[in-house]
Amino acid sequence: MRAFKAFKSIAIPIPLKNIDTDMIIPAQFLTRVTKEGFGENLFQRLRENDKNFPLNLKKYINAKIIIADENFGCGSSREHAAWALVEYGIKVIIAPSFADIFKSNSAKNGLVLIELEREKVKNLLDKAAKENLMIFVDLKNQIIEVGNEKVKFIFDEFTKECILKGIDDLGFLLERLKQIKEFKKEREKNLFYKTDGWNN
Amino acid sequence: MAKNIIEKIWDEHVVLQEKGKPAIFGIDLHLIHEVTSAQAFSVLRERKLNFFEPHRALATVDHSIPTRLNRHEIFDEMAKKQIETLRKNVKDYNIPFYDMDSGNQGIVHVVGPELGLTQPGMTIVCGDSHTSTHGAFGAIAFGIGTTEVSHVMATSCILQKPSKTMKVNFKGKMKKEIFSKDLILALIAKIGVGGANSYIIEYTGEAIKDMSMEARMTICNMSIECGARAGLIGPDEITIEYLKGRSFSPKNEEFERAKKYWLSLQSDKNCKYDKEIEINVDDLEPMVTWGTNPEQCIKISEKIPYIKDLPESARNIAEKSLDYTKLKEGQNIKGVTIDYAFIGSCTNGRIEDLRIAANILKGRKVHKNVKMLITPGSEAVRDIAKIEGLYKIFIDAGAEFRMPGCSMCLGMNDDKVPSGKRCISSTNRNFVGRQGTGSITHLASPALVSASAIEGKITNPKKFL
Repeated sequence: MRAFKAFKSIAIPIPLKNIDTDMIIPAQFLTRVTKEGFGENLFQRLRENDKNFPLNLKKYINAKIIIADENFGCGSSREHAAWALVEYGIKVIIAPSFADIFKSNSAKNGLVLIELEREKVKNLLDKAAKENLMIFVDLKNQIIEVGNEKVKFIFDEFTKECILKGIDDLGFLLERLKQIKEFKKEREKNLFYKTDGWNN
Repeated sequence: MAKNIIEKIWDEHVVLQEKGKPAIFGIDLHLIHEVTSAQAFSVLRERKLNFFEPHRALATVDHSIPTRLNRHEIFDEMAKKQIETLRKNVKDYNIPFYDMDSGNQGIVHVVGPELGLTQPGMTIVCGDSHTSTHGAFGAIAFGIGTTEVSHVMATSCILQKPSKTMKVNFKGKMKKEIFSKDLILALIAKIGVGGANSYIIEYTGEAIKDMSMEARMTICNMSIECGARAGLIGPDEITIEYLKGRSFSPKNEEFERAKKYWLSLQSDKNCKYDKEIEINVDDLEPMVTWGTNPEQCIKISEKIPYIKDLPESARNIAEKSLDYTKLKEGQNIKGVTIDYAFIGSCTNGRIEDLRIAANILKGRKVHKNVKMLITPGSEAVRDIAKIEGLYKIFIDAGAEFRMPGCSMCLGMNDDKVPSGKRCISSTNRNFVGRQGTGSITHLASPALVSASAIEGKITNPKKFL
């Protein structure tokens, strides 16, 4: 995961509610055993069914930002959705809300999800549909700039630190293995199954 | 302070909470399948990490395997590689593994409960959003992405922020044509596919109290379809009865000790929730979806809503959905012609679901224009179905009885609904292309699926019961 730096990009408007992970990456592409190779199939069905789907348009070829309606990323827990977006080149998604598991998967891959009020997102969607909308994203200061307008957004501190440094949070867990072991020992008292003791 | 069951289980699993940091949350059982684990095992290898608790994990194959009789022959080279990768990984890391023909292979969320691995008070994760199924036992169970899968492999923990809590009360008694699938679809229709985002739900009420474990699992399974992190039901005597004598359940005195702990996991009388919702079950009818997400769902006697009657934010998606499902606003959902009928999946692939289907299909024939697939949730379910004679009922009716797996629920293997064809399905998602590119899905209970398969059109199961 690369460290996140402030950048400016044209924004792709996808004015749909409930964009699910099957739309982002259909199940038929999930048989890969690496994290690579998903980007080319990003939004495959939508691209296939609609030649005017934004990702089919030349002007968005290098776009790094998507604007969408509420509950983006609902459905399956497949991290392949986040991998596909990141590999395609998307760095930021702006929407009124995101599904829980997708939110966590995005954070683990340095994909920045910005939640803004629905009215604000709707304005951005309308603008982006009419003109080439350039947006500047500054995660460190939690600000996006659209033209002369600056919009603050809320972002989880811990996730921000990880994304800005480009580190994942496994290290945080591994540093605390001693406490985890103590917890596990205590927890054994109320756990009544064990799967060990048999051969594969 | 009075606590609800969600808060109780949550608190018992917080390993460490540092200021300004997410909580370190302990995981009791990690379920593994072929599609979301390979990249996580790679993390262990790259970082030279051990699998922290192999005895608190279980792996099986379900998503990408064929459900043909000769399923060992896998024609899809990538799927084959994915399955072989899992076989190698479980061997290298000494993970208990139920492969095909072990007698216990199946959809991971069917296997866990039927083996007695899923027990009250536990935290369970899997790289699959329908992990919420296990909540039926009074466990906090939820789906995670592959990076988190690697975290659980390496530490038996993940980082979490506490969820809000929601109580859903199913009030009243279920009529004979109403099944737990109808209850959960009614909830999703009411609150929407994002209605429970960032919540964990506790399901309660008269209807839940009377319900079998299988039926409860169907409800908890679809918690994710309204956005909930997880959904659970407080353990009771029905839970205890189900767990008695299962392979991984404790025995004798140990069972008595476990029972005491399990039954202690109840929401306190004066506990609070962040949100409460009530669904009146008395008024319910069999439910069926008309669109391309599970909230686009109506009672069987209702007409597909007029676009203008929908809230503004739901209109453009409804138009697109109807365009895709080739239906019209104001049209009756009852009587819509179908081409395929599917019973199976982690939502409705358990033995009770097959019994419900067999009860309707017995002595009847699947309509000549309909292809019906029945995929048991596990090898154990398939074995019981054979012993009970359900197998013969299905074959005599003209349905195909397949080998266990996720099958046509998500079309990762060869089991696909062809483009433009319409399927009535006991599964969990009716997303665009979910059952194959261009496929049209209507979600419903196994009873409604079976009745519709006989009639060749979407049908209320009432007259067959």
